[in-house]
Amino acid sequence: MTDGTRVFVPADTTALSLGADAVAATLRREAAERGDAIELVRNGSRGLYWLEPLVEVEVGGQRLAYGPVTANDVASLLDAGLLGGADHALALGPTESIPWLAGQSRLTFARVGVTDPLSIDEYRAHDGFRGLEKAASMTPEEIVAEVTESGLRGRGGAAFPTGIKWNTVLQTDAGQKYIACNADEGDSGTFADRMIMESDPFVLIEGMAIAGLATGATMGYIYIRAEYPLAIRVMREAIERAEAAGLLGGNVLDSGRDFRMEVREAAGAYICGEETSMLESLEGKRGMIRFRPPLPAVKGLFGAPTVVNNVISLATVPIILDKGAEYYRDYGSGRSRGTLTVQLAGNIKRGGLVEIGFGRPLRELLYDFGGGSATGRPIRAVQAGGPLAAYVHPSQFDTPLDYEEFAAIDAMLGHGGLVVFDDTVDMGEQARFAMEFCAIESCGKCTPCRVGAVRGVEVIDKIRNGENEALNLELLRDLCDTMVSGSLCALGGMAPFPVISVLDHFPEDLGTLAVARRPEENPG
Amino acid sequence: MPANDARTADEQAMTEPDRQTRQTIRAIAESGASQAGALLPILHSIQDELGYVPEAAVPIVAEVLNLSRAEVHGVVSFYHLFRTDPPGKQTLYVCRAEACQSMGSRELERHARERLGIGYHETTADGRFSLEPIYCLGNCACSPAVMIDEDVYGRVTPERLDELLD
Repeated sequence: MTDGTRVFVPADTTALSLGADAVAATLRREAAERGDAIELVRNGSRGLYWLEPLVEVEVGGQRLAYGPVTANDVASLLDAGLLGGADHALALGPTESIPWLAGQSRLTFARVGVTDPLSIDEYRAHDGFRGLEKAASMTPEEIVAEVTESGLRGRGGAAFPTGIKWNTVLQTDAGQKYIACNADEGDSGTFADRMIMESDPFVLIEGMAIAGLATGATMGYIYIRAEYPLAIRVMREAIERAEAAGLLGGNVLDSGRDFRMEVREAAGAYICGEETSMLESLEGKRGMIRFRPPLPAVKGLFGAPTVVNNVISLATVPIILDKGAEYYRDYGSGRSRGTLTVQLAGNIKRGGLVEIGFGRPLRELLYDFGGGSATGRPIRAVQAGGPLAAYVHPSQFDTPLDYEEFAAIDAMLGHGGLVVFDDTVDMGEQARFAMEFCAIESCGKCTPCRVGAVRGVEVIDKIRNGENEALNLELLRDLCDTMVSGSLCALGGMAPFPVISVLDHFPEDLGTLAVARRPEENPG
Repeated sequence: MPANDARTADEQAMTEPDRQTRQTIRAIAESGASQAGALLPILHSIQDELGYVPEAAVPIVAEVLNLSRAEVHGVVSFYHLFRTDPPGKQTLYVCRAEACQSMGSRELERHARERLGIGYHETTADGRFSLEPIYCLGNCACSPAVMIDEDVYGRVTPERLDELLD
């Protein structure tokens, strides 16, 4: 079947951003010059981003890793005997045995980086479509029950139980229903959605088709951010291939049921990651927030009942259907069941994608997986859960990765994105940016968000300049309170959280008066 | 060109490139009009084709989709990535979000502005580069990141940025 040794060079955005195309081209050329027969596979990334471009070679049925490889390393790798799996300064041994990867529980990401993303045959050979096959033989009620029992909660950040949402759509009577996949992954420090779309697009297609069978929806839209041109291309191609293979269309897997899909490209508005704004945008309008109720599950896209789920939530459904609710639920802790796809980002030595059961302490992720900061300096702050969430202080690093545990320290686990900062960070500047970002991205519907964010920047500037500090510190707390209480959605309602966390835990960056005014229950 | 009674004075004053642009816009709008929620896909197609969404597109798209000009203008102006003026030959997007900040993007931003001699949303005088801020490219484990047209680059130092722009 193969006409040479299989060599894998990832083609996901991060690998490409570090020169993977040049590595692939050099490998092809050098191998040809040497008369070495290779079959070059452009796989997705395994998510060991600190080792990208990570080249793998298949020897005796086992994959051996080398990295990080630059185009300049290729000749020496081939000379050393790369194709036979020979030792080299860049050799990392069997990929699956690299401790960083071996210590993970890859359920949602089982195939990511392993397969050729656009090969339906490989997808099938790696347990693909087994969840959908099972779903096709079940009643909608049975599918919904399975997802509910798995304990899966929305991985986009809000952590709402997926099964309950699906049940609402199933129970709502309507001629037309929709699945809308939120792939507007706008939070800094997140790339799990992008990885799924670029590296294992069929798992998202499968998850959406299952959601369709479960709720009676016959049309699915994936709303992908325009900042992800590669993900858009791969998803569109994958949908075409799935249609051609009869996996989508008028007769999904011979079930007699109809499900079609389409990619819609966003246009750079952060607010459209909020579900009702996203629906407005899909309808071709400005991404303005809608009042709730009615819930999108009752009256969503084009007024029809709509499941709005994040990419990771939907991409996790196939393995739940395949292996059963119990299998998935056995991972995790407390009310946070299953696995979390932690994204180690920012100033971190070993950044990338870590999928593990909930419940491990934040510290383990930062130091055991992450290896501390990239700069080698002490870690001073971690923004967990995106730009609308608190900065976590080192005194809180023992908090377990669990939705409720994070909420208990006024932080948010959200989608599991962790942005690490070393001790050179100016937390006053970070607080200011939270307000600045909210001002840029506010849809304008709620005054506390639209105007408050602009005022927030001004007040923080005054505090940092030492102008009337006592008054302005009080004003800033008051303003944050108004925004939190007076905004319809999470943008205005949560943008104050990083600011409050700076006031509570890093007041020294806002002056001595801020330190004196720190609440007693929040010692830094 | 023979006189055409149906044309307004405005249209008669049009230059040939204007006319061609308008025809292109109309053709794109008409071919995309039947899909649900057609406005964003149509605006994307126009920008893909022309590099931007010219003001002249607003009344044409409005007419084809049976919307008001205000509705179309509202959508064009709401979304950061729709531009209403022609871009430079290439567009440099510098990520301003937190992960990149933690790895020195504020300095990289300054360097980009100084090196190109322009601010955000501007184009160099020679028309080679437009500079745009962007909030996250999903390359957060290898920050700071920039994108040139559709190619993303990671761990970009000021020196590396100079190489990319040369």
